[in-house]
Amino acid sequence: MTSPQTILSVEGLKKYFPIRRGLLRKVVGEVKAVDDVSFTIDRGETLSLVGESGCGKTTTSRCILRAVHPTAGAIRFRTDPTRNVDVAVLPRAELRPLRRQIQMIFQDPYSSLNPRMTIADIIGEPLLVNGVSSLAARRTRVGELLDLVQLPRAYMNRFPHAFSGGQRQRIGIARALALNPTLIVADEPVSALDVSVQAQIINLMLDLQERLGLSYLFVAHDLSVVKHVSHRVAVMYVGRIVEVASTATIFHRPKHPYTEALLSAVPTPDPRRRAKRIVLEGEVADPANAPPGCAFHPRCRYAIERCRQELPRLATVDGSLVACHRSTELGLTGVASAAHA
Amino acid sequence: MADPILSVRDLVTYFRPEEGVVRAVDGASFDLYPGGTLGIVGESGCGKSVTARSILRIVDRPGEVESGEILLRRDDGGIVDLAKIDPRRREMRAIRGGDIGYVFQEPMSSLSAFYTIGNQLMEAVRLHRAVTTKEARQRAVELLQLVGIPRPEQRVDAYSFELSGGLRQRVMIALALAAEPRILIADEPTTALDVTTQAQILDLIRRIQDERRLAVILITHDMGVIAEMADTVAVMYLGKVVESGPVDAIFHAPRHPYTQALLRSIPSVLAEPRSRLATIAGSIPHPYARPEGCPFHPRCARSIAGVCDRTVPVVTKLDERHEVRCVLYGRPAEAAE
Ligand SMILES: Nc1ncnc2c1ncn2[C@@H]1O[C@H](COP(=O)(O)OP(=O)(O)OP(=O)(O)O)[C@@H](O)[C@H]1O
Ligand SMILES: Nc1ncnc2c1ncn2[C@@H]1O[C@H](COP(=O)(O)OP(=O)(O)OP(=O)(O)O)[C@@H](O)[C@H]1O
Ligand code: SF4
Ligand SMILES: [Mg+2]
Ligand SMILES: [Mg+2]
Repeated sequence: MTSPQTILSVEGLKKYFPIRRGLLRKVVGEVKAVDDVSFTIDRGETLSLVGESGCGKTTTSRCILRAVHPTAGAIRFRTDPTRNVDVAVLPRAELRPLRRQIQMIFQDPYSSLNPRMTIADIIGEPLLVNGVSSLAARRTRVGELLDLVQLPRAYMNRFPHAFSGGQRQRIGIARALALNPTLIVADEPVSALDVSVQAQIINLMLDLQERLGLSYLFVAHDLSVVKHVSHRVAVMYVGRIVEVASTATIFHRPKHPYTEALLSAVPTPDPRRRAKRIVLEGEVADPANAPPGCAFHPRCRYAIERCRQELPRLATVDGSLVACHRSTELGLTGVASAAHA
Repeated sequence: MADPILSVRDLVTYFRPEEGVVRAVDGASFDLYPGGTLGIVGESGCGKSVTARSILRIVDRPGEVESGEILLRRDDGGIVDLAKIDPRRREMRAIRGGDIGYVFQEPMSSLSAFYTIGNQLMEAVRLHRAVTTKEARQRAVELLQLVGIPRPEQRVDAYSFELSGGLRQRVMIALALAAEPRILIADEPTTALDVTTQAQILDLIRRIQDERRLAVILITHDMGVIAEMADTVAVMYLGKVVESGPVDAIFHAPRHPYTQALLRSIPSVLAEPRSRLATIAGSIPHPYARPEGCPFHPRCARSIAGVCDRTVPVVTKLDERHEVRCVLYGRPAEAAE
């Protein structure tokens, strides 16, 4: 792994799903959901994975959790200061201890909690499964966890249906924190919430990170939310990362034409800033049939002949990682920074 | 300014299931002008969709428009009160889809999987105009072209499930425009779409609106979309329009504590990286347990004990177009019934 600070290092990750047709379910093609993705996350850092529907964000996070088996690549996770394991190839039996250290927060706080279990049982379940057999010990820990997510301890004996979406998301977070994980994979954790509640959960995630030194892989399609949580941002397009940079750089000085277009499409909550938008033609390419060369070329306003033929590789340009043939020559526009707002 | 094409006054729509009463829309008023865009914004359950369905008189049972006026100015200058028409009558069916086109959030549920999109468009055209099959088909192709669907002559024979989400939403808009309505109600038309597709659809709505002087009611929970599209905004909270006014006033001089708090709590791409958001205490109450008095008082930082929890604030006119429903603005409060 690159540095002792690095907690996760994903290298050349691929996940191809077979496309089967006909009675014999013959494989007739592949969906290249994740195609050669690499990134790292440091201790205490939030890396956001952004991009439009179907670009492979969820599949990437499911590989890290080994909910699906990667087709290729390494997923090195630091289990303690001196050791790391490759999650991609670890035998199933050895995954268990790892699952304590990597936890998940889900999008849908409604369906992710068992309606027949009390809050104490839901939050305490990972403790029970991991050998905390004393009920008293579990309840003490559940109490601490409720404090941590700012829910009254008195809620312990209630059932999930009695809670609002935001409260359920807090319960989901408390459960994820039960075993003191170091990495949290959060797939669209605030997308289903109302704005006023979304703000509470975003702040809570920031607070918890500071107090517990957590690392987050934050999967989201809402760039405004991403601005408020991330240290760094990775932009995906059709299974590949096209740009990685610090949050300020991605937003204010994007270097990939897709990042520029994505930022331009985000509506700004200020009627005095009705800017002329870059409206992309067409639709996101199909990962089962990605265009040759740069997958973005059919929609890119800067595309040249080379883009249609040659796949651009991620390369460092002014501190950003960018996969675009023209990244050094283009002067792209980001959003204005708050200072100029 | 021209006369409004649609004026909603004190609209009340309740659901009365066995478990209690849901005051889904509880005294909503607003005006829509020709060529204008009224944005209705608010968090989930505040009554945006029920307001739209009330105007179209398609509220599901056990819901009913209980009182208020929905005044539609027709082509001939005459005014009809939609709240007073029997929703099943022919007149209402002619208005729905005829004078007022509508697009809802889920294109899948509103489009048939059994008929081609061309068949559905032709049916919509013929519902409101006597034309031959050939003319209707020609019109269907034109509509697909209008909403920017590539290769409309071929796509007219496609089924909705063969199209992407963005194209389906375009077909929905084409359907809504089939009878050349003067009003378009779009309820969360882009919520299920990606940002770049959303930008395309918003662009499309704006273009058609300019071309046809269409009046649009745009319903969304997204303040960014409102800032981008609306010229007038109505902010709803628990069935009430708590503040309404020109878009610039709503964003730059909001008066209602809820509008102010909501605007502070929205994440923005303009914010400092990793900056914490202002929050609103608590959460939206359960539909059966709506607070007495001002619906926002339990979450309001400026609520006045003994006043806000007891009396429903009346609407105060701050200027010609800016109105707010809050006791902090002058007018004495009405006693609660
Ligand atoms: N189990 C599966 N079998 C076949 N294809 C799959 C499977 N899971 C995902 N895919 C495909 O892989 C691609 C990436 O999907 P993924 O869910 O990772 O996207 P995403 O970026 O999370 O999208 P969204 O924003 O919609 O959640 C899509 O084309 C999807 O249809
Ligand atoms: N068929 C119904 N039966 C009972 N209550 C209903 C029904 N439809 C809506 N309601 C209630 O009416 C209120 C307003 O609902 P509405 O759908 O208008 O909200 P909304 O503002 O459109 O919310 P969202 O942003 O979630 O779409 C809610 O409390 C809802 O639970
Ligand atoms: S490589 Fe070419 S097509 Fe791809 S983003 Fe860069 S300029 Fe556009
Ligand atoms: Mg996903
Ligand atoms: Mg709705």
